[in-house]
Amino acid sequence: MLAKRIIPCLDIKDGIVVKGKGFENLRQVGDPVKLAEKYCKEGADELVLLDISASAENRQAMPEVVRKVARQIFIPFTVGGGVKNSENINELLRAGADKVAINTAAVQNPGLISEAAGIFGSQCIVIAIDAKKEGDLWKVFVKGGKIPTQIDALEWAKNAERLGAGEILLTSIDNDGKGRGYDIELTKQVSESVKIPVIASGGAGTLKGIADVLIDGKADAALAASIFHYGKYSIADVKKYLQKKGVMVRI
Amino acid sequence: MICIVDCGTGNLSSIKNALDFLGASSKITSNPGEIQEARMIILPGVGAFGYFMGRLREKKLEIPIKKAISEGKPFLGICLGLQVLFEESQESKGVRGLGILKGRVMRFTQGKVPQIGWNKIIPTNPGIFEEGFAYYVNSYYAEPADRTLIAAVSNYYGDFPCAIRQGNITAVQFHPEKSGKYGLELMKRVLEC
Repeated sequence: MLAKRIIPCLDIKDGIVVKGKGFENLRQVGDPVKLAEKYCKEGADELVLLDISASAENRQAMPEVVRKVARQIFIPFTVGGGVKNSENINELLRAGADKVAINTAAVQNPGLISEAAGIFGSQCIVIAIDAKKEGDLWKVFVKGGKIPTQIDALEWAKNAERLGAGEILLTSIDNDGKGRGYDIELTKQVSESVKIPVIASGGAGTLKGIADVLIDGKADAALAASIFHYGKYSIADVKKYLQKKGVMVRI
Repeated sequence: MICIVDCGTGNLSSIKNALDFLGASSKITSNPGEIQEARMIILPGVGAFGYFMGRLREKKLEIPIKKAISEGKPFLGICLGLQVLFEESQESKGVRGLGILKGRVMRFTQGKVPQIGWNKIIPTNPGIFEEGFAYYVNSYYAEPADRTLIAAVSNYYGDFPCAIRQGNITAVQFHPEKSGKYGLELMKRVLEC
């Protein structure tokens, strides 16, 4: 059976890896290629490179970052951030990305999912969903988690699957950057609503937090940034812990 | 020169990047002449069986590939590049594969399809395959008529053949170019064969 995946995420702003709290207060943490290589060596199963540059102009640096990463690391990686159309997707795939994550553009134009899946194949189309709890439901936020929509996150995940998404990258805005664990309930509900893999994101924090989202949250993969960037745990620490808990991981 | 056959589908540069990393010079090409001259052929592929075979025939690559294999040149098939070695696939009924090996390509009937992620490689024959994890993206797998050709299996709601060896032919269902250290080491051993 498939191993549960541990995915370090590199938030990249103007070509440099940064990580913020609740999507703000960005702090510089390093060179994307060096960090990607380091994580690959330590046993990362996959990487996510998210371009969080404020303007389209600054985003033009991304394909070059992707090309450099593709020459040095030999595990799959997903690239996202500011992806608007099939041309953007094509450019990133051609630069060497294995998958492309789409967020705001897919919410604004769900047809982009079916168009992109038709051209490039579902396996390389990841739909990123930023969700925030409101009452009993989770609402989808766009534009880097800043702009609320009235869309229900569960419904959106199901819709994305129906349109041809290959994977869901699900981020809890409430938990992101706080290090107190993932939103287990959100992850569980989305995982149980779709048949495509769900990557849990936002709030990793502790070894138990990661185990909980993979076991109770039923996620196929756990994404984390801060705990790895700041050396709180290594990928090996996480995997050893998961193995002890009976989770199948690639060691 | 190692020729990476370009059928216009898939991330061929990732295979070239891996070969560059290993210090092996290679070229991505769809030129039949270059394929005939190659010292080794790598046939990668993603997408649908029928579409891929169509492109292979349209680009007049079927004969040079078959000829190179019959001459004993080292050949590595990856993913769909393994499947098309066989006669037919459930994916594209009525389309002939290369038919170099007897058997057929079947669809997974259980679990999430495609299988996307890391699965364990369990060698069934002593040889170049070692136990470890490799990265997969596949909905189909090949069942060779001659079971002795199976070099390794993985388990996805049941065992399925994931690596085939026959003489100069090596073929894998997973992606060695995306399987980290395990994949690079395997590619190195294939290059040394």
